[in-house]
Amino acid sequence: MILDSYDPLKQEMFNVIDDNGKVVNKDYEPDIDNETLINMYKTMQLARIADVKALQYQRQGRMLTFAPVKGQEGAQVGPMAAAEDDDWLVPSFREMAAMLYKGVPLKQLYLYWYGNEQGSKFEQNVMPVNVPIGSQINHAAGIAMASSIRGKNQVAISFIGDGGTSHGEFHEGMNFAGVYDAPMVTIIQNNQYAISTPRQMQSKSETLAQKAISYGIPGIQVDGNDPLAMYAATKEALNRARAGKGPTLIEAVTYRQGPHTTSDDPSIYRSEEEVKNWQKKDPISRFRKYISNKKLWNKEKDEALQDEYKDFVKETFKAVEKYPTPTVDEVFDYTYAEMPKTIKAQKEAYKAYLKEREGE
Amino acid sequence: MAEKTLLKAINEALSQEMERDDSVVVYGEDAGYEGGVFRVTAGLQERFGKQRVFDTPIAEAAILGSAVGMAANGLRPVPEIQFSGFMFPGYNQIAVHMARMHNRSRGKYKMPITIRMPYGGGVRALEHHSESLETLFAHLPGLKVVIPSTPYDAKGLLTSAIRDDDPVVFMEGKRIYRAFKQEVPDDAYTVPLGKANIVQKGKDITVVAWGPILHEAKKAIDSLKDEDFSVELIDLRTISPIDTDTIIESVKKTGRFLVAHEAVKTLGIGSELISRVNEEAFFHLEAQPTRVSGHDITVPLPRGEHHHIIDSGRIAHEIKRVATFE
Repeated sequence: MILDSYDPLKQEMFNVIDDNGKVVNKDYEPDIDNETLINMYKTMQLARIADVKALQYQRQGRMLTFAPVKGQEGAQVGPMAAAEDDDWLVPSFREMAAMLYKGVPLKQLYLYWYGNEQGSKFEQNVMPVNVPIGSQINHAAGIAMASSIRGKNQVAISFIGDGGTSHGEFHEGMNFAGVYDAPMVTIIQNNQYAISTPRQMQSKSETLAQKAISYGIPGIQVDGNDPLAMYAATKEALNRARAGKGPTLIEAVTYRQGPHTTSDDPSIYRSEEEVKNWQKKDPISRFRKYISNKKLWNKEKDEALQDEYKDFVKETFKAVEKYPTPTVDEVFDYTYAEMPKTIKAQKEAYKAYLKEREGE
Repeated sequence: MAEKTLLKAINEALSQEMERDDSVVVYGEDAGYEGGVFRVTAGLQERFGKQRVFDTPIAEAAILGSAVGMAANGLRPVPEIQFSGFMFPGYNQIAVHMARMHNRSRGKYKMPITIRMPYGGGVRALEHHSESLETLFAHLPGLKVVIPSTPYDAKGLLTSAIRDDDPVVFMEGKRIYRAFKQEVPDDAYTVPLGKANIVQKGKDITVVAWGPILHEAKKAIDSLKDEDFSVELIDLRTISPIDTDTIIESVKKTGRFLVAHEAVKTLGIGSELISRVNEEAFFHLEAQPTRVSGHDITVPLPRGEHHHIIDSGRIAHEIKRVATFE
């Protein structure tokens, strides 16, 4: 059992492949079918290309503020590949790769960061982007509890950052889920910084995984840039959850290669050298080497994929730019499931004003 | 039909809605085994089991945050906050998620949540056990706020709240939990949300109140029965959304308006009601619209609380002044 074999109090970290994609932990190499391996890789690439393009669009003044995922794709795609379709994804706000893997169309994600709520309506079991730090853990606990109460087999997989673990809601949610043995897996993406504040300033705990001990649940530190390790650890946690054994806490040790959001300048608080060192552990290149070693992938395929995705991303963004801006009805109509008279009156008064102004 | 207290009426509504719809779950601090510190949920765990009626850790953010998740995943949660003064750690979830999720997800995730909480003073309690915080909820778009004043309304309004697809904060005046009984039908029934109730017809002044203060207003009006004017008394019942029509129609008839509430004065619901009266019935007014409310002070501990809580005497004094103003 992976979860029993790595002690967070001893700073033991689980990985499967090294920086060159070579398997160094044969015992725990997950048995993943080829199609899934390719799908994992493709999703990471799509997230990377969409991310890099979005940053360009933002610099051109075409995109609003957004939170880039670059560098964390492996920590997200590994867990989602291990999950079932019916499982829930409860994201924070930097989970583009996880959301894409769940089947959320890129257009939706772009539309959200473009400033339109229509981008948060998903067909999948995926909650909208959650901006207030840490608060999503309680939603995941509730989703998981509802799954138990309704006799479903779903697990809620939630993501949080290293900074989020300092928040009271993280504690309340983990503790709550623990008490009810709720089927929940919480993944801390420890990307080393909360905006500018380094990991060490968030907690005196040597690992974030060890916080699990106080909730009476397993906690494990995983190389977050190793999608295979993330897959394997999550799979075991999901099996535990489905067996009624309760939540698991996984700390994915990773790195945010880009800025916190497009409004952030990371050169103020970290060195070029540090970034370069982490780029050597880039999850996409590591995974590419792994699937190339398995003869599932090669340079030609990669170039073709990159060309295809660059065109797709461009077309998607163009469609988003052409998406109609919200109407007056739209900004009023979703406030309540059933619109109260008072709001209806405000809407009509505002429409009358607009009409009058048009006539002026 | 039998005579029931407000507390019994609430318990009955919870029980009947749990019976009717197995997606309804009830939980909170001490709400399971013990049946809550006021025993509002007494007997429910025994009847519906620990999976649908349960105790929680002392964690208001988790109680209300998990409700958001449960609602997203098909349940109809009815969490209890033990005292409204302790809701603040959970207020984050109400304000930043619960009230917004339907809008944020463009209708994908409805939030059929009813948060029950005892509120208000007059029971000689510790600090944080006596506040009237309805304004803090009424200021949040997407949320409904309900305060019953009678056992009949409590059962019907709670039934409506639980069946409603929007999140409702259901505030229970703790000093009227067991203060009196009223005939309450044994079968389930609804009292519509968003609809005020004209408790007593009158011609010369409109008085609006809710919750325990409604009974102080009634007493005040009784004490004025020999006066030369008649009072129309309206129970607001739903604090948000406000039933503006019923109030405006009444003020247009009476020309005088008084609102009485336990909450502090500044930006209390009275401020909003007076604004609406001014906006929509200004030319019918024969006296300045008036508030009787708590002072803008921290609710005093029990020995000084009587200075803050408004009673029938203060309400009667103001009704007479406004009704006879020339």
